[in-house]
Amino acid sequence: MRRAFVPPDNTPPAVRFEAVTRRFGDHVAVDALSLDIHEGEFFALLGPSGCGKTTLLRMLAGFETPDAGRIFLGGDDIGAVPPHRRPVNMMFQSYALFPHLTVAGNVAFGLKQERRPKAEIAERVAAMLKLVRLEGMERRKPHQLSGGQRQRVALARALAKHPRVLLLDEPLAALDKKLREETQFELMELQARLGTTFVIVTHDQEEAMTVAHRIGVMANGRLVQVGPPPEIYEEPRSRWVAAFVGDVNLIEGTVVAIDDGRIEIADAAGRRFVGFAQPGTIPAPGTRVAFAVRPEKFSVTTSAAALEPDALEPGTREPGTLEPGTLEPGTRAQSASEKRSRAVNRFTGHVADIGYLGDVSVYKVRLSDGTVFKAAVTNATRRAAPPIAWDDPVTLSFPPDAAVVLTE
Amino acid sequence: MNRRFSRFNLVSVALGLAFLYLPIVVLVIYSFNDSRLVAVWGGWSLRWYVALVDDRAMQEAALNSLGIALASASLATVLGTLAALALTRLGRFRGRLPFAAMLYAPLVMPEVITGLALLLLFVAVGLERGFLTITIAHTTLTLCFVAVVVQSRLVDFDRTLEEAAADLGCPPVKTFLTVTLPGIAPAIAAGFLLAVSLSLDDLVIASFTTGPGATTLPIRIYSEVRLGVKPEINAVCTIFIAVIAVIVIAASLATRRSTTNDAGTPAA
Repeated sequence: MRRAFVPPDNTPPAVRFEAVTRRFGDHVAVDALSLDIHEGEFFALLGPSGCGKTTLLRMLAGFETPDAGRIFLGGDDIGAVPPHRRPVNMMFQSYALFPHLTVAGNVAFGLKQERRPKAEIAERVAAMLKLVRLEGMERRKPHQLSGGQRQRVALARALAKHPRVLLLDEPLAALDKKLREETQFELMELQARLGTTFVIVTHDQEEAMTVAHRIGVMANGRLVQVGPPPEIYEEPRSRWVAAFVGDVNLIEGTVVAIDDGRIEIADAAGRRFVGFAQPGTIPAPGTRVAFAVRPEKFSVTTSAAALEPDALEPGTREPGTLEPGTLEPGTRAQSASEKRSRAVNRFTGHVADIGYLGDVSVYKVRLSDGTVFKAAVTNATRRAAPPIAWDDPVTLSFPPDAAVVLTE
Repeated sequence: MNRRFSRFNLVSVALGLAFLYLPIVVLVIYSFNDSRLVAVWGGWSLRWYVALVDDRAMQEAALNSLGIALASASLATVLGTLAALALTRLGRFRGRLPFAAMLYAPLVMPEVITGLALLLLFVAVGLERGFLTITIAHTTLTLCFVAVVVQSRLVDFDRTLEEAAADLGCPPVKTFLTVTLPGIAPAIAAGFLLAVSLSLDDLVIASFTTGPGATTLPIRIYSEVRLGVKPEINAVCTIFIAVIAVIVIAASLATRRSTTNDAGTPAA
């Protein structure tokens, strides 16, 4: 995650989309979308394939023309400017390196169009290749490079002209997981160093959350939520966003009691759940809402341990240091607030499935009526004792403030 | 798949090759025949090749053929490439389908008909028949072959390369010259070589559109043979085969390079 980004005052946004629409036949790829991207910001457009995020990026580059609406770059309407005159550069998903040119030739291509002096071009190319750590590769052709190296050439080429905005279309999709993660950190570091506005299109939520200051989640040509990564993850505004970004348990129910911000709902099986709604968004009694609870917010205890109340008592930690997700039955520390709410949001069930990911284990717990909850537990110790196995009876619980109350 | 040659495979390969190349092998061997009689073997000799050095008419026909081939192939390459561009790049313009059909019709049109039609046209417009008319006729014949070859390459051409060029500030015409053209150059070269060999080959259309002083090599060979096959002809044909073989190999190498040297394919 990034340090908090403070947009500069009194400057027009680097990019402004104003009610931009783009249709392909009957299909509306981008639907009256408005968005401001700040100068110096790393902005991620996140969405499933076909949501219109790439079309939006291509309109910014000039490869697509909006059917309606306007696009501003640093305050200027760029609607009539052809792609080759726009001060933005794009890094393509396929990299689109010129196969007949060398690495240096590719990086120099944009500079040559500006008819800059030869010495200056050579200097800039060398600087760019140093920036992406490809010194000594100048004379190679693209087909002599590895995937990761080609990705760097594409990045160097797109940055060589010092664009106002750098557009990245799924730039890391072709790299394997390890290299992709490394490159994400390099991109962040590079962006922080250059201060250039970056707009990245990705369908990979982890990538978006890692690199971006702000994320715009797109669905069906519209922005459904825009905000910094923690906000998108911890305060999703709709069931769709909650389910698209990360894993989530959606508990559907009807509001049965309201006590200040404290909401109590009952699901179809009559189970009661308690959560807190944001002030100002408190639903009326009788409203159908969903509680969104992330798997790691659950704590899982083997039922045997949970039945011994004494074992749960010792309060050795300070109040407020909740550590849901760690599995230490029997020795588990309880905060004051959790103790108070222990009676609520607590269910027993059986382990139906276990996904062991190494760092975490995901348990699918089936309740008596067939409802399945997903709970993620950090494997903080090398061996959990007692271990949780298939068909074990377990108790699930989550603190009321872990639930996001969703009406949309 | 069984990689070993079974007896059946061996026989079928041998039969296939025999049908294709036995006549040519016989011709090549007999071009080195010392005997004056075509069908009688008289030992190895290069005398018929030597005799060619003095055969002015045959040399002139060869030069005519070469000149016509180069001129018509150049013209057909330019026109064929433009046609291919129109078909792949202009999107779904009105009349695209008829245009494509009309472009490819000459591929299957009997040469006799093409030749006759061209002859009628040249007579109608009062064009003196000779070098120029054969060149025009051969351009007509080979243009569609070039278009087919170039079009297949253009369809595979990664258009994001053009977008990348535009993105880096390259205007459209310059993008075509510096990015698209190098990308499709191998196909254009292959089309050109194909056009050259088709033009060198052609007898039917050339004999319809030829005139005094513009005898091509195939016409010359054919007229000589009508008066009886002289051993000399075997020598001419052998040289001819060698030239065509070189061109065809060059063309196939050009297309091969264009497919292996692609953008973005295999990682090192």
